[in-house]
Amino acid sequence: MKRTVLVLLVFALLPGAALMARQPAPAARPPVPADPTAPTTASQPAPERVASQDFVPVSALPPQAEQLPAAPLVIGAYAFVWVALLAYVWMLWRRMKKLERELADLQRRVQTHETRGGSA
Amino acid sequence: MSRAFVPLVIAGMLLFAAAPLVVAGAPFEQTMGLVQKIFYYHVPSAMLMFVSAFVCGIASAAYLFRRSAAADRVAVAAGELVVLFGLIVLVTGPLWARKAWGVWWEWDARLTSSLLLWMIFVAYLLVRRFGGPGSEKLAGAMALFGMANVPFVYVSVNYWRTLHPKTSVVMALEPGMRAAFWFCVAAFAILYVLLLTLRKRLEDRQAAVEQLYLATED
Repeated sequence: MKRTVLVLLVFALLPGAALMARQPAPAARPPVPADPTAPTTASQPAPERVASQDFVPVSALPPQAEQLPAAPLVIGAYAFVWVALLAYVWMLWRRMKKLERELADLQRRVQTHETRGGSA
Repeated sequence: MSRAFVPLVIAGMLLFAAAPLVVAGAPFEQTMGLVQKIFYYHVPSAMLMFVSAFVCGIASAAYLFRRSAAADRVAVAAGELVVLFGLIVLVTGPLWARKAWGVWWEWDARLTSSLLLWMIFVAYLLVRRFGGPGSEKLAGAMALFGMANVPFVYVSVNYWRTLHPKTSVVMALEPGMRAAFWFCVAAFAILYVLLLTLRKRLEDRQAAVEQLYLATED
C-alpha cells in the first residue's frame, strides 16, 4: 500500500517538476523605430526549436544534398502530369468505344426483336 | 457532341500546350530556383482535386436526397477526377519536396491530410466498383465525408506547424509568377471541365446500355 502511494506521488509530482523546469518564453521586444542614419544590418531571427531529432543546420548539410539537380525532378513532374492525363483520356476513349459497340449491338437486337414481334 | 464542346476542346488543348512555355517564361524563385516551377502544375492540380471533391459531394447529396440518377453519374465522374488530380498532386509534391526540403515525404498536416483525402475517394471508387447493387448510397455517403474533409486539408497549413507553404503564398506571388500561375489554373480548369463532361457522357452511355439489357431481357 505504502509503495503504491509512493509511486502515485512520484507520478503526480513529475508534471509539476517538468513545468517548473520549462523555460519561460522570452517577452516580445517592442519594435525599435528605424534610425535612417544607422547602418542597416539584417537581423537573423532566432532559430526555432524543432522537435525532430534529425534536424540539421544549414551549415552542416553534407555537400551531396546541395548537389541534387533540379532539372530531372521538374522534367519528371511535368512528364508524369502529361502521362497521367493522356493515359486517363486514352482509357476513357477505349471504354467509350467499347460501350458504343455494345450499344449499337443492343439496339440492333432490340429492333430485330421488335420486327419479329411485329411480323408475328 | 455539342457544338460548344469543340471550341472548348481546342481552347483547352492550346492552353495546356502553351502552359510549359508560359511557365518557362516565369521568373525563378530566389531560394528554390528551377524546382519551384513544379508549383505551376502542382497547385492547380490540388485546386482541382478540391473542386472535384466538392462536385462529387454535392452530386452525391443530390443523389441521396433527391434520387437523381444524373447527379449520381456526375458524382462518379467527379470521384474519378479527384483520384486523378490527387495522384498528380501526390507525385509532383514529393518531387518538389525532395529538392526543397531534402526529403520525399513528411508526415505533416497538409501532406497527411491530402493523402487521406485521396484515399477516401479511392475507397469511394472501390465501393462503386465492387460494392454490388445498392452500393451507390454508401459511396454517396463516403463522398459527403470526403467533401467535408476538404476545408480541413486547405486550412491545415495555416493552423498546424508544417513544412508546406501556407495558403497566403498564392496571393503574394510576384506579377511574373502570378500570370503564369493563373494561366495554368485556367488551362487545368478547362481540362477539368472537358474530362468531367467526357466521363459523365461515358456514364450516360453505360446507363443506356443497362437499360437496353433490361429491355432485351423483358
